[in-house]
Amino acid sequence: MAHLLQTSFLPSSPCLRANPDRSSSSSSPMVQISRQRSKTGGVVQAKIREIFMPALSSTMTEGKIVSWVKSEGEKLAKGESVVVVESDKADMDVETFYDGYLAAIMVEEGGVAAVGSAIALLAETEDEIEAARSKAAGSSSSASSSPAAASTAADPIPAEITAPLAASAPIAVTPVPKLASAVHPASDGGKRVVASPYAKKLAKELKVDLAAIAVSGPLGRIVAKDVEAAAAAPAPVAAATIAAPPPAASPNVELGTVVPFTTMQGAVSRNMLESLSVPTFRVGYTITTDALDALYKKIKSKGVTMTALLAKATALALAKHPVVNSSCRDGNSFTYNSSINIAVAVAIDGGLITPVLQDADKSDIYSMSRKWKELVDKARAKQLQPHEYNTGTFTLSNLGMFGVDRFDAILPPGTGAIMAVGASQPTAVGTKDGRIGIKNQMQVNVTADHRVIYGADLAAFLQTLSKIIEDPKDLTF
Amino acid sequence: MQASLSLSVSNPAAIPRSDHGFESSLPFPSKPVNLRFCGLRKEALGFSSTSSSSLSASRSNRNVAGSKKVWASLGGDNGSSSSAAKSFDYDLIIIGAGVGGHGAALHAVEKGLKTAIVEGDVVGGTCVNRGCVPSKALLAVSGRMRELQNEHHLKALGLQVSAAGYDRQGVADHANNLATKIRSNLTNSMKALGVDILTGFGAVLGPQKVKVGKDTVVTAKDIIIATGSVPFVPKGIEVDGKTVITSDHALKLESVPDWIAIVGSGYIGLEFSDVYTALGSEVTFVEALDQLMPGFDPEIGKLAQRVLINPRKIDYHTGVFATKITPAKDGKPVTIELIDAKTKEPKETLEVDAALIATGRAPFTNGLGLENINVATQRGFIPVDERMRVIDSNGDRVPHLFCIGDANGKMMLAHAASAQGISVVEQLTGRDHVLNHLSIPAACFTHPEISMVGLTEPQAREKAELEGFEVAVAKTSFKANTKALAENEGEGLAKLIYRPDNGEILGVHIFGLHAADLIHEASNAIALGTRIQDLKLAVHAHPTLSEVLDELFKSAKVNAHVGSPVAEPVAV
Repeated sequence: MAHLLQTSFLPSSPCLRANPDRSSSSSSPMVQISRQRSKTGGVVQAKIREIFMPALSSTMTEGKIVSWVKSEGEKLAKGESVVVVESDKADMDVETFYDGYLAAIMVEEGGVAAVGSAIALLAETEDEIEAARSKAAGSSSSASSSPAAASTAADPIPAEITAPLAASAPIAVTPVPKLASAVHPASDGGKRVVASPYAKKLAKELKVDLAAIAVSGPLGRIVAKDVEAAAAAPAPVAAATIAAPPPAASPNVELGTVVPFTTMQGAVSRNMLESLSVPTFRVGYTITTDALDALYKKIKSKGVTMTALLAKATALALAKHPVVNSSCRDGNSFTYNSSINIAVAVAIDGGLITPVLQDADKSDIYSMSRKWKELVDKARAKQLQPHEYNTGTFTLSNLGMFGVDRFDAILPPGTGAIMAVGASQPTAVGTKDGRIGIKNQMQVNVTADHRVIYGADLAAFLQTLSKIIEDPKDLTF
Repeated sequence: MQASLSLSVSNPAAIPRSDHGFESSLPFPSKPVNLRFCGLRKEALGFSSTSSSSLSASRSNRNVAGSKKVWASLGGDNGSSSSAAKSFDYDLIIIGAGVGGHGAALHAVEKGLKTAIVEGDVVGGTCVNRGCVPSKALLAVSGRMRELQNEHHLKALGLQVSAAGYDRQGVADHANNLATKIRSNLTNSMKALGVDILTGFGAVLGPQKVKVGKDTVVTAKDIIIATGSVPFVPKGIEVDGKTVITSDHALKLESVPDWIAIVGSGYIGLEFSDVYTALGSEVTFVEALDQLMPGFDPEIGKLAQRVLINPRKIDYHTGVFATKITPAKDGKPVTIELIDAKTKEPKETLEVDAALIATGRAPFTNGLGLENINVATQRGFIPVDERMRVIDSNGDRVPHLFCIGDANGKMMLAHAASAQGISVVEQLTGRDHVLNHLSIPAACFTHPEISMVGLTEPQAREKAELEGFEVAVAKTSFKANTKALAENEGEGLAKLIYRPDNGEILGVHIFGLHAADLIHEASNAIALGTRIQDLKLAVHAHPTLSEVLDELFKSAKVNAHVGSPVAEPVAV
């Protein structure tokens, strides 16, 4: 029963719930006051704590305040029940972790708050109650933080909860409808939004503002995949920027100097040398991408990236050819990998990393695109966890965006195959009926470990892949 | 829809489920199994037994035959030796061959009455053709779909299943086949016993006189009206059978809409929400009352909402009436106009692919000729007393006329209708009987199921206040049950409302795996007047879900520790 409050030690953290009225945003006096305080008087700092909505179960994303056991101004002793929270599973008493005074209740009874968002303020002394109250009032009545303020405030907690994108990619802020109000949009006088029940649920979960969503459902209705797409929307922006860093970095290189390897470069170097002990061979294939391009154009607006599409197509093909997804680690045996994890090579500042889309054959294209976006952000912030970059079972390397029409990839040790993807470009093609037509075609070239994967395996795999890409309806199931 | 068929229909010889009448002659004394069943706990039921030992009484057939009228055998000659048949065509005519009429007919034949049943549509009525039976087929499918789609759950069991899919027509056929099969079982069981099935619309012409179809008139000593009900469609709602539908249409499963609004969140709405969401639809509930699932014990309702509504693709509007529902046409969706239930202010307009009207059921009593016998219906229901005897507009009993089932509105459940029918036949054959409606269980076949018997907690507390006794509540969780955990279905709660002073069960509510099957231990206890202190000593097999109830009874704190003599069942 007893669940402990998570409290923050950061008194100046702006309110986590965005306020639609951003007119007075960053110049809000309340916010400034609290900032000044934290700058000048470090004493004040640890005395007002936020009481967060706790996660009462592993599946809980938000909680409803059933009742406040304590009222504002009341003294709390560590371990006392403060509030009853209704989770997806049960009603639970929530206890305080600290002694102090319940200074201000920020979410009233019956209100709903996301896990991790502040529901009340706890003051350490009675003197602090007023300060806390004004802070709570500031955060609920006047605007507390625009997304920009949140990201520049250098305050890790709200940044992580409300604006993970804003922190790393300021350009992504504009299309981000993430800081949505919890108000039911359909009741928004006059402006009618029709969204399916699941779309509404998802929007709440993903904090997407239904009013700002591109609609694809029948009869102008927002359906679940629109919400998913909107949540993944910043992805194209990020995808475009991945390709950008290398040229941007080059002018800064000081010519004629010797630069030691960074850790990452050292790792790449070791891996490349190790790859020489693997007997590899290559098989190429030309694939017509007209249908894929059409599909991409259609769902691009929903945040789907070409990378995700290719990864998905590859994963579906791999599912039919498990041998290509196998690996040989000891030179004596195959390992048929149980899941299809597509690693995709990404150039990042100072190196190369391969974030992994796990179970790419099983997840849908929209969540994959979202996942990819998240991985790329993490990769650029150098925050990828080991399992997010070293669990690949098949690697994709795409240089098509540079106009490269064909290239050759080196097989990363520990995997069975890697596929180099060139640009898709209009090509004059002779058809069987003797005509000549223009079709978009791209060349792929797979490098594989011949100890476990033979030519016929790759050929069959490539044939399947080309069929999937030429008739891509399965990609968006 | 509401409940499963409670009767076995396949074996007419094994029918004496509520047969306490061993005073009737028993032509098969060689069937002691049934007799032993009859004799069980006869004191508890307060029979007017002709002998202190039921077994010996029933075996000595001659004794009984000497003192009592000899009724017809169970065989096919249908009461031909009955004296009543001399002046009337039949001893008993039942109008309506639903589950209620069927139950009454079987019991009547068993009691030696020459019986006819009148049906203007298909045998089986709502339950078999458009209700409980086909819906159970759909729910069986939805339950499996749910299991197969629940990756988390499967993974926890160590199972790997690739994407589950379904064929809509296949599912629909399953429901239809089941209804056909049960219907023929029902028909055959009546034919085998020699019940005359008269086809045609039945109407009461006068006392003891029934018109069947256009011009056939039959007479009977007694008449039972068992015409049942039809889906209730509030005014303003246009049902087209395609996009605005009732349960009658929905059970055919002609389409699985992407988004369906369900008006009404009672049993019917809940069960259909379970079916539709499992098949991939999104659901919006429209409920006139302030909370979903009215009628359920509030605590059970709250838990059920957490499990059956919140995590699924369902949203809801409560406290609103659907004043106007227009079917989809010309590329426009179904529109539903909502007004606030209290202020009557327009609130919102929903646009959905389909709407299911599940606002309850209305009695089917039109054209029954009730004016011939001076009976006025109340909101369509036929007024009856506690013995199902029809009351006319002057408040007097109409002799020889009874009404059972949905048509009297006492308790709109298939098995309640059947129980009422049996109760009437008991009276007709010389044994006064009043049915205890508080002992009739009800179930909602969602996944997991909800079941209940007796009073809800607020009802019990109200009654306690009035009558000045104490109420206590005991609860057990499915999480503590080994079998439930083995199934990885620990979600669930059983709740017992009782009197701590004497151990009387006031109500039992279960939400969890197989709740509908578990409730009978409690309903039987209420029916037989068994007290908790006695139930505590009963043994349950381990490990079974039944132990949920075992735990429940054991956790109750009864002050009277001595097993009290079992009381008479209470009538309502």
